[in-house]
Amino acid sequence: MKRFKYLKPIKSKDMFYNEKNSRGMRFKQKTSNLLVYTILTVISLIWILPFIYLVLQSFAKTYSPQVLIPTEWTLDNYRALFDPNFEMIFNNQPMVFAQVYPFGRWLLNTVMIALVVSVLQTVLTLMSAYAFSRLNFGFRKKYMKLILIIGMFPGFLGMIITFYILKQVNLSTGVPGLFGLVLVYISGSVMNYYVSKGFFDTISKSLDEAAMIDGANKNTIFWRVIMPLSKPIVVYTILLAFTAPWGDYMFASVIAAGDSSLFNVAVGLQQLLTKESGVSGFPIFCAAGVIVSIPIMTLFFFLQGYYVEGVTGGAVKG
Amino acid sequence: MTTIEYLSLPLHKRILHKIISFFTSIPMFFVKIFVKKIPQFFVGIYRKISQIFFNIYLFFVDGDLKTKLSFIFMGFGLLTRKSLLRGILYFLFQVAFIYFALTIGINSLMKIGTFGHIAQSSYVDPIVGIEIYTYQDDSFMLLLNTIIFAILAIVYLFLWYSQLKDSIELQNLHRIGKTIKDKEIVKSLVGKNYHYVMLSIPTLGLIIFTIIPLIFMILVAFTNYSSQFQQPKELFDWVGSYNFKKLFGLAGGAASHEFAYVFGQILIWTLIWAVFATFTNYFLGMIVAMLINKKGIRFKKLWRTILITTIAVPQFISLLFMSRFLSTNDGALNQVLLDLGLISQNIKFLEDGIITKITVIVVNMWIGIPYTMLMCSGILMNIPADLYESARIDGASPFKMYAKITLPYMLFVTGPYLISNFVGNINNFNVIYLLSGGNPQFTNVKGQMIQSQLFGAGQTDLLITWLYKMCMTQVEKDYGVASVIGIFVFIVVATFSLITYSRSNAVKNEGDFQ
Repeated sequence: MKRFKYLKPIKSKDMFYNEKNSRGMRFKQKTSNLLVYTILTVISLIWILPFIYLVLQSFAKTYSPQVLIPTEWTLDNYRALFDPNFEMIFNNQPMVFAQVYPFGRWLLNTVMIALVVSVLQTVLTLMSAYAFSRLNFGFRKKYMKLILIIGMFPGFLGMIITFYILKQVNLSTGVPGLFGLVLVYISGSVMNYYVSKGFFDTISKSLDEAAMIDGANKNTIFWRVIMPLSKPIVVYTILLAFTAPWGDYMFASVIAAGDSSLFNVAVGLQQLLTKESGVSGFPIFCAAGVIVSIPIMTLFFFLQGYYVEGVTGGAVKG
Repeated sequence: MTTIEYLSLPLHKRILHKIISFFTSIPMFFVKIFVKKIPQFFVGIYRKISQIFFNIYLFFVDGDLKTKLSFIFMGFGLLTRKSLLRGILYFLFQVAFIYFALTIGINSLMKIGTFGHIAQSSYVDPIVGIEIYTYQDDSFMLLLNTIIFAILAIVYLFLWYSQLKDSIELQNLHRIGKTIKDKEIVKSLVGKNYHYVMLSIPTLGLIIFTIIPLIFMILVAFTNYSSQFQQPKELFDWVGSYNFKKLFGLAGGAASHEFAYVFGQILIWTLIWAVFATFTNYFLGMIVAMLINKKGIRFKKLWRTILITTIAVPQFISLLFMSRFLSTNDGALNQVLLDLGLISQNIKFLEDGIITKITVIVVNMWIGIPYTMLMCSGILMNIPADLYESARIDGASPFKMYAKITLPYMLFVTGPYLISNFVGNINNFNVIYLLSGGNPQFTNVKGQMIQSQLFGAGQTDLLITWLYKMCMTQVEKDYGVASVIGIFVFIVVATFSLITYSRSNAVKNEGDFQ
């Protein structure tokens, strides 16, 4: 007991000053905040300016690298994309753009594919995720390991063969070709089970048991109990499944095999940009880019919360 | 070394210890796999198979006449014991399998050794008087049919065994006067057999569009299937390990060394790219997230929304846009830099080897940082605030807090994400192909382009984009070499994931955050 007499409280400045009342501290914080604001502004500019430039160029009559903000504004670029009778001066020659590059068709293809894929893939992914999360069957772990190993092969490797298989069943040209592409996209659904499985794992199993005591079978439990609780992950899966076909170049280009009526927007715009290096190609590309971005941006705007939740959850769980 | 001993070491020794233990663990890891895991695996398989044969023997000995007849006619035992539905399905499968085997399967299997005999034959039409070609053997279809036949045969054996098991089970139930009605079987599909319902369609898709093509491509690695041997006009053939030799420069010929050189360069660049693309995005994204999350910073939502907006623009638009924005002669960025007087002549952003590599990594940062920012800002908010508070009371500097609290926590939580992101970057087709297209082309010592048989390989090509070019864009396509590259990607990815996963298991006991 005696020893504690010598332990006096330390009255150092560090321990007792109040951050808010110290003038020096406040100044320091202000300058550091100012620095952070500057950095954030610069970052935002770096990220946003190229897109503003893209939007501005989509209204430009002709492209020139010297002119950042177009002097002559026009809506012709947008009109040329869709109007099949609209003749314009394209690289100094008259040309009906929409007949050479059927952008409307590309957009339609992409939207149709994305809609079908988002529905089917979501259902299949959630079904397999539910099976891996809740149902106990003998080959569960082995199946998951098999998926892990298959996932290590580059997905494109089998694409050539897939194309010939689709050819054998007449799903490679014309409108059926698009159906073939849908099949290719949704066939890998089971391999995307990971994030949704992580979500299902967090739902308490006592819910299942309660439902089972009330006489529900497993089908009812899945559709009536689990699904209503999984709205965030359903929306996230739909969002991913919807946006994936928009950005896919590899598979779509194999299926299209050079037929411009089967292109999706990614393949079509890449072809446009590589073939037309003149002054007129770029503004039209920019216009197309704006049009393609609008639906996805609208979706993101409304479903941002779900997306953030899914990305964070997916990262944590793997 | 125990944890206490480890913690008592000074910092540089700890780092040294970690590095040494990492490298010493690699051989041990492989020894463990080859000495322990793989033999265990085969012993397990051997036991299972012998068990199955023993069971079949028991089925034969214990079975009555109906069960014994099931050995020949699938589902016979079930059909005659009032379990009609299953019996009919089994029998139908047997009929279908035998029909497939007799018409296509066995025929293909016989010819697969040589991929058929004659590709096309011709005869002179007696009436018209011109030569008419008919196609005979199609190597491609032969291989495909053989694979389908093999898979069906495995399924057949499995079903044959399981129907015997069912038959014996029914036989035993009959003895005590019970039976399994079809109604119960249908009911079990939403009960204990619900996983068959849930997984059947996805699995079918996986087998048809992923597993069969993969097996096919792995087999193609041992053939000379290429645009020279294009079916149906010509047959391709087994060439053994020729494609592997070609890739490693052992096939002979002057071009062979160049090929191996280019392959090595592309492999190294793929790894460098994956490391840089993963870690620059990760750390810079984390820093941006921390800046936005900093106490006292206002408009948090505004900053975040600006970055999220850029995620919403489809990646291919940003990439194609950048490929034009950065182009040497008619790109706007060069013009802006010229006007500002920062450079005196145009920078070859996408046409010079090293500069293009840097450009690609920087543009990838521009595209990827918002994602990481989004992911990190969610996790950063989960770090318990009292950790920081106690660190501040102990007098830790902001950097120290980052190094000792934030970074370990983030690495621990997002470890799996980092691994999958690294693997994703090895196969990141879009960024490379849509931005630089793999260009510029390789040049040899004299500065001339190497054109001989490289399938359009460029200096910024990844293995995956090279594979794509080899199969799609070139006039001369070589599917054999392409599959070898695909297999190589698999080996790289598999080795990497195995090592990191085993390491992360080894360091799991350090995870104090869970």
